[in-house]
Amino acid sequence: MADIELRNLSKHFGTLAAVDDIDLDVEAGEVVCLLGPSGCGKTTTLRMIAGLEDVTAGDIFIAGQRVNDLAPRDRDIAMVFQFYALYPSLTVADNLAFPLHAEKITKEEIDRRVHEIASLLDLSHALNRVPGRLAEGEKQRVAVGRAVIRDPQCFLFDEPLSRLDIAVRQEMRGQIKQLLNGLHKATVIVTHDQIEALTIADRIAVMRDGIIEQVASPHDIFAKPANVFVAGFIGTPQMNLIEARVVDADEDTATVNTLGQEVVLPLHAEVSLQGGGGRRDTPLTVGVRPRGLEPVSEAGPATISGRVDLIEPMGAETLIHLRIGDDDLRVVTSRGLTASVGETLHVAPAEGQVHLFDHDGMRIAS
Amino acid sequence: MARRRREIGKAGWGRTAFSTVISFIYFFPVLWIILTAFKTHTDALSTPPKFIFTPTLENFVSVFARAYERGGAAVDTHFDLFFFNSIFIAGASVGVALVIGTIAAYGFSRWPLRGNETYLFIILTTRMLPPIIVIIPIFIMFRLSGLSGSYIGIILLYAAFNLPFTIWMMKSFFDEIPREVEDAARMDGSSEMKIFFRICLPQVKAGIAATAVFGLILTWNEFLFALLLTGRDTRTVPVAMAQTIGGDIGVRWGLLAAIETLFLIPVVFVTFLLQNQLLRGVTFGTIKR
Repeated sequence: MADIELRNLSKHFGTLAAVDDIDLDVEAGEVVCLLGPSGCGKTTTLRMIAGLEDVTAGDIFIAGQRVNDLAPRDRDIAMVFQFYALYPSLTVADNLAFPLHAEKITKEEIDRRVHEIASLLDLSHALNRVPGRLAEGEKQRVAVGRAVIRDPQCFLFDEPLSRLDIAVRQEMRGQIKQLLNGLHKATVIVTHDQIEALTIADRIAVMRDGIIEQVASPHDIFAKPANVFVAGFIGTPQMNLIEARVVDADEDTATVNTLGQEVVLPLHAEVSLQGGGGRRDTPLTVGVRPRGLEPVSEAGPATISGRVDLIEPMGAETLIHLRIGDDDLRVVTSRGLTASVGETLHVAPAEGQVHLFDHDGMRIAS
Repeated sequence: MARRRREIGKAGWGRTAFSTVISFIYFFPVLWIILTAFKTHTDALSTPPKFIFTPTLENFVSVFARAYERGGAAVDTHFDLFFFNSIFIAGASVGVALVIGTIAAYGFSRWPLRGNETYLFIILTTRMLPPIIVIIPIFIMFRLSGLSGSYIGIILLYAAFNLPFTIWMMKSFFDEIPREVEDAARMDGSSEMKIFFRICLPQVKAGIAATAVFGLILTWNEFLFALLLTGRDTRTVPVAMAQTIGGDIGVRWGLLAAIETLFLIPVVFVTFLLQNQLLRGVTFGTIKR
């Protein structure tokens, strides 16, 4: 059982800071997802943990041991690569056995482990094929099998599902989650797919421009985004983030001027605008998820009104774009709402659904 | 074969006929040489040229043993040795160039030096001069070092000539293969040696084959250096062929054609042997993985 610790970890490419002074702890048995848009430094971070990339500054500890200067093979980590990185000239069986050759085990034991993993991952039929002759899903399973066969201290996954099509991806997501639960190792997964992160991870680290914006459980990342970036990045359709100015605030509500309308917002119990933040004219960003806005029949003090601009049916739900001045407000409704383009719709932010961010974009909480 | 048939089907008869005509024009000289090799001296010189004639193997016999004077006894021409020399020298020099060049290319591709591109350019500049310009210094170097007329001398020289090309070719093949696979091997506990031999080399097999064929053809046909730097025992076929021209009955075209026909066989053989690899080699990287 080992844990991974990153301390003040940085990686510079020339003058560019790909990873900029990050700290992260991954407990033994925990699955942490590095989530972020492309170029945010998540893969670089993973490659530094793996030892495939030199560290510019800071330290990496695995099971308490500083591994900065250890070669990848001495770190006892297994990694699943984005493009699987199977050995093209070797059969599936040889691919699976490859990591075992570095260890001192008998040929019989290698055979036994290869067959065990192959049957676990439903690859027994393909053992004698070369990777070029496998389906995408099979390649992915070989890559995973090659990682788990060795029983390493920790696992790293680089965009493990990005190459699969949607149906296979969903199935593999479940399989990987199950597998990781059974292995109980410190695991770091890099992904740009938030659904993947939200479903597989115990905790998510959202990265942008080389820094970690927030580390929290999937629930907290979604329910309590630490700043405007995380709020906008997590959740589809994207959270509405609108500029506002405080008019008045008390314990349970905030009256703000936004989109040219004065609206009384119900505040979350944890949010407080008492004190400095509640002063008149303080600039704020109000965040409400499209599913947190409920259409109501009458305009009132707690409603925002806009003209229906576009209606996108999404199956069980419907996404409605409201045009208010130059701004676009997204509303998702599951009701059989009969709105039509051009008509005016009133929506009210639901209780506990309003996020407030100060003018630096940081979450306001009590 | 199945693939070729399907492609003809796709191309349609018009285009196929057109390409056949063009190919025929291109290959006509070769065809003519092969035909001439089977003609008697009289048939070979007849005007208009004969397409229908009684084939003879006498030219092929004379390649290896013939009389140098009219009416004289047939003497061993040592052409068997010259063929061996050509094969041995070409094979060995390409082999040496491949071993050194492949390793160097891997280095240039995976562990670039400061100024990597400059090094590569400088390596290529050695092939920018026409060979005739460097022949005098090389000739003197060979004289002084005693390499003149030896196998080792000409093999080293050809290897050196093949190296720039080999390095450039092989580097482009190594550049094409994904590094992720090497990273995976690194994490799986492989040494750098094992990564090179077990992971990278098998992936550039096609490239090695393509490079080898190009190198072999280049070396096989080389004349100038062979003429000046090989001795009586290390003479290659192109040099020996040139020395066959002349004699008291004029140019023996049939004999020359027979030498050329024999001379073609190894190249054709190697190319066919490596055909599949070669096709993959020259189309490397053009197909989406």
